[in-house]
Amino acid sequence: MRPGQPDVPAGRGGSPGAGTATVRVVLPAHLKNLARVEGEIALRVGGKGDGITRQALLDALESAYPVLRGTIRDRVTGRRRAFVRFFACEQDLSNEPPDVPLPASVIAGTEPFLIVGAMAGG
Amino acid sequence: MTHVRVLAGTRKGAFILTSDGNRASWDVSGPHFGGWEIYHLKGSPADPDRIYASQNTGWFGQLIQRSDDGGATWQAMGNDFSYATDPGTHLWYDGTPRPWEFKRVWHLEPSPGDPDVAYAGVEDAALFKTSDGGATWTELTGLRTHDSGPGWQPGAGGMCLHTIILDPVHAGRMFTAISAAGTFRSDDYGASWRPVNRGLHSEGTLPEDEPEVGFCVHHVEMHPARPDTLFMQKHWDVMRSDDAGETWREVSGDLPSDFGFPIGVHAHEPDTIYVVPITSDSLHYPPDGKLRVYRSRSGGNEWEPLTRGLPQENCYVNVYRDAMAIDSLEECGVYFGTTGGQVYVSADAGDTWEPIARDLPAVLSVEVQTLP
Repeated sequence: MRPGQPDVPAGRGGSPGAGTATVRVVLPAHLKNLARVEGEIALRVGGKGDGITRQALLDALESAYPVLRGTIRDRVTGRRRAFVRFFACEQDLSNEPPDVPLPASVIAGTEPFLIVGAMAGG
Repeated sequence: MTHVRVLAGTRKGAFILTSDGNRASWDVSGPHFGGWEIYHLKGSPADPDRIYASQNTGWFGQLIQRSDDGGATWQAMGNDFSYATDPGTHLWYDGTPRPWEFKRVWHLEPSPGDPDVAYAGVEDAALFKTSDGGATWTELTGLRTHDSGPGWQPGAGGMCLHTIILDPVHAGRMFTAISAAGTFRSDDYGASWRPVNRGLHSEGTLPEDEPEVGFCVHHVEMHPARPDTLFMQKHWDVMRSDDAGETWREVSGDLPSDFGFPIGVHAHEPDTIYVVPITSDSLHYPPDGKLRVYRSRSGGNEWEPLTRGLPQENCYVNVYRDAMAIDSLEECGVYFGTTGGQVYVSADAGDTWEPIARDLPAVLSVEVQTLP
C-alpha cells in the first residue's frame, strides 16, 4: 500500500455529500491495535463546509470505532487526555479549542491529522 | 486430565501460563495487550473460558477486555465507569477536599453463578457491576456515598477499591476493601454498606481511638467453607475476623515483619494461610534480601518460613496485593508474582517452589483457574 493511501473502506464515518469531508487520521500504535486498523484511517466527517472541527472529527472517529471512546478524550469531561496530542501540517493543535475549524489541507485530505501519544514514561 | 491456567497481569501486558495437574511443565502465552498495564484478570467460575481483564495506561485510559475462549481471543467491552451520582469530594493526602475522579479498575470479580455478571473495584474508590458481560457497567452507589466517604483518604498507591469478596453462603453478603479507608460489608447485594474495621489500629496516625474508617487494608481473603472468617494483610499487621468482619484481632505472631500486601488461604484447609513479609512501608522488599513465604497452619500467630526454591540472597522484589493465588487441586498449589517479573508456583502447598517465568514485566496480579 502506498504511504498515505487510506486502508479503510469509505463507508466508516459520516455519510458523504455536501458538508462532509474525508479526513486522513493517523492513530498511535496502541490505538491502531485497539481499533484493529493499520496505516491511516479515511474518515468521513460531517460539518459545515470548511468549518469541520476537531470535535466533529473525534465524534466521527468514536462513532466509527466505538472502542476508542474514552481513550483520546475523557469520558466525563470530554477533554483531551493529558498524554494525547494532536498534530497536523507540522503544527501542534493540542491546545486549540475543539470547535475551531481544522486546517484546510486536513479537510482537503492533503495532510493527515495525527493523534499522538506523548513521549513520557517507560 | 485436570489442568491449571494462571492469569498474570503485568506492567506491560497479560500472560497466560498453563500446565497439567503436575504443574511441572508450563506453556506461556503472551504478552496479550503488550505495552498496557493489566491490573487484573479473572475467570468466571460459571464459565471458566470467560475471562475479564482490566487494561489501562496513563496515555489512553481504561479498557475492559473479555475472552470467551480461555484467553485465545479478546474483545474490548464497555469502559464507561462514570459515577452514577454527583461524586462529591474525598480527602487528598494533605487533608484538603478533592473531587472523586475515576482513574482505573483495580480488581474484577466475576459472579460464581452467572458469567455475564461481574463486579469491578475502581480508583477513586467505587464499586461497579455489569450484568451483560462487561458491555455496560453500573455503579452500586451505596458504597461511595456512605456517610464516611468525604473523609476517605488515598493510600500511597491511590484511593483504590482492591478487594471484592462474594460470600458463597450468606445470600447478598459482600465485602470490599479500600486503601486507605478500610473494610466494608454489605448484606443486601451491594445496595448499602457499613465499615467493619473494629479492632484495626493505625498507630501514630489517627487521632481517634477507634475511628470508623482510615485503615490501609492491603488485602482480605475468605475460605468459602468458612465465610465468617476473614484474613487480612493490613499495611502493618496481619489480622483475623471470625464474625464476618464485626471485630478483628491481630495474628501477626512470630512473623519477621507484619508489613506486606497479599494474603492467601489454602483451598482445603481453612486455617492454613500464606503471607509474604516485606521489610517496611518505606522498604518494599523482603527482609534481609530473602524471599520467604510464611505459612500458618493455625490461622495465624504461629508461622513457618517457606524458602525451598526461592532466592535467599540479594532478592529485593515486592509482591503486590493481588499477586498471590491458590488452586484447588487435591495437592493444593500456591502461586505468586513479583515486581521483578518472576511467577512462582508451589505444587505442594508451599513446601517447595519453582519459577514458572523469570523475566516478565513487573507482575501486578496473579489468578489461577483449576480446570477439568
